[in-house]
Amino acid sequence: MATDQAPRAAAYPHLTPGGALAVITLRNFTTYRRYWKLFLTGFLEPVFYLFSIGIGVGQLIDTFEFNGQQIPYAEFVAPGMLAASAFNGALLDSTYNVFFKLKYDKLYDQMLATPLTTADVARGEILWGQLRGATYSGAFLLVMLALGMIHSWWALLALPAALLIGFAFSSVCMALTTYMKSFQDFDKITLAQLPLFLFSATFFPITAYDGWLRWVVEATPLYRGVVLCRELTTGSLTAASAVSVVYLVVMGLIGLVVVRRRLDTLLLT
Amino acid sequence: MILARGLRKSFGEFDAVRGIDVDVRRGEAFGFLGPNGAGKSSTMRMIAAVSPVSGGELRILGLDPATDGPAIRARLGVCPQEDTLDNELNVRDNLYIYGRYFGIPKAVVRERTDELLEFAMLTDKAKAKVEELSGGMKRRLTIARSLINKPDLLLLDEPTTGLDPQARHLLWDQLFRLKQAGVTLVITTHYMDEAEQLCDRLVVMDRGVIAAEGSPLDLIRQFSTREVAELRFGVGEHESLAAKVEDLGARVEVLPDRLLVYTDDGEEVLAKVHERGLEPIAALVRRSTLEDVFLRLTGRSLAD
Repeated sequence: MATDQAPRAAAYPHLTPGGALAVITLRNFTTYRRYWKLFLTGFLEPVFYLFSIGIGVGQLIDTFEFNGQQIPYAEFVAPGMLAASAFNGALLDSTYNVFFKLKYDKLYDQMLATPLTTADVARGEILWGQLRGATYSGAFLLVMLALGMIHSWWALLALPAALLIGFAFSSVCMALTTYMKSFQDFDKITLAQLPLFLFSATFFPITAYDGWLRWVVEATPLYRGVVLCRELTTGSLTAASAVSVVYLVVMGLIGLVVVRRRLDTLLLT
Repeated sequence: MILARGLRKSFGEFDAVRGIDVDVRRGEAFGFLGPNGAGKSSTMRMIAAVSPVSGGELRILGLDPATDGPAIRARLGVCPQEDTLDNELNVRDNLYIYGRYFGIPKAVVRERTDELLEFAMLTDKAKAKVEELSGGMKRRLTIARSLINKPDLLLLDEPTTGLDPQARHLLWDQLFRLKQAGVTLVITTHYMDEAEQLCDRLVVMDRGVIAAEGSPLDLIRQFSTREVAELRFGVGEHESLAAKVEDLGARVEVLPDRLLVYTDDGEEVLAKVHERGLEPIAALVRRSTLEDVFLRLTGRSLAD
């Protein structure tokens, strides 16, 4: 029997932050084992965009210049979709799913009854959103490779770049989610998601914008992700990549701090 | 195990717990009784090290929850009021993953998971989804889960609320076995029979303070009489008849449908009632229970 010897002091040192991260990821992985098909739709969406717009519409466009290189239009669109995969994937888990776990499933209350802390929960959940996004991006990168769209070893770094994009969006979106009152509030996320996807120089170059509008777009997070992936897959790195990396790291860290504080406020009352 | 001095909890303007002193000793079953809103759950959350103390002193297992939260929680078992199971995991994984949250090695958690499935009589439901379980099964799973780390101190917030009598008795049985095994139990309840069955010592809380403290028997002796004579007369007569029996007991309480005479000898009261020519429609003598104490201390009106 489980219960027959006393004293019963806990004999195990509690988890390190890394251990906690691994266990929360194990929990999330276990719940998704049954639902792996859900991953399929998220992966296919950007592939369809690549085929329809990148390759389909691309046939109407002769040549295309990016950072001084002549590239086919499809190879311009593909890294945009790579970044968007990480973005959309991260959003899926860090918005609706987090909201459900927080308000209805009381999952975080369960976790906090154990030695886990709000910092552990914040890191674990953000990591999961990030991994989901990066899974889509990783699969998409293989599609690009199969289609012969990758000509540079720099493209290897597109995967860590996708992880970084996933981190930035996963943490900021989870932070926003902690302020949501009902599922209706998620309309606001959808409202932001589509324009970010369409106008972050995913389908046409940033030079299409003039003056202040261009500055605005350059300062949006998905644009930073898109330009980072594009410079990596085409192998034409500039200072813009460094700006993007710093931008996304800072964005993710701010989100992380906000999430932890919000979990303290909401759950440790 | 637990030591509280002048413990307070406020939510903005509202004072849920207004300065309580509590000592819980190793191996005992300690109860918090009180109506809804008395501050029981707020107290439990502070003890569970998930709710910051607003004032006073609190030590759990000798540690301060403000600084040693994870170390305290590593040695606690918590069974919350509502079954907060992980609905996305099956029954077995609910135990296994929860055990892993404590940093218990895989092989050990696997072994304990099997033992606890047995303990909760859920072995043949191991692969079932949580939503397929009955209320009693969910409760047993929640309790089993709270034992995965072999806690020194088990906190049970209204463990049998919403269960049918069979499930309640089964659960009491299991809690009794845990107590025998040396686990310190802290229980909140508003079921008096539960408190009498399980608790060695208890406090009655009302509006954030402790109204009384002692063993169930002590409390009955202190706040009630040995027996209660219940006299039922015609509707509307009770108020006027109360004066005629007032001197027969230590106290008389008037209810809309009966008179309660608190006394050490109920039969004698009944005899005297008849001597005085009063003919109740129905009369019975029963032992005083914790419920009498509870109602005396916290009143009969609804708390919320």
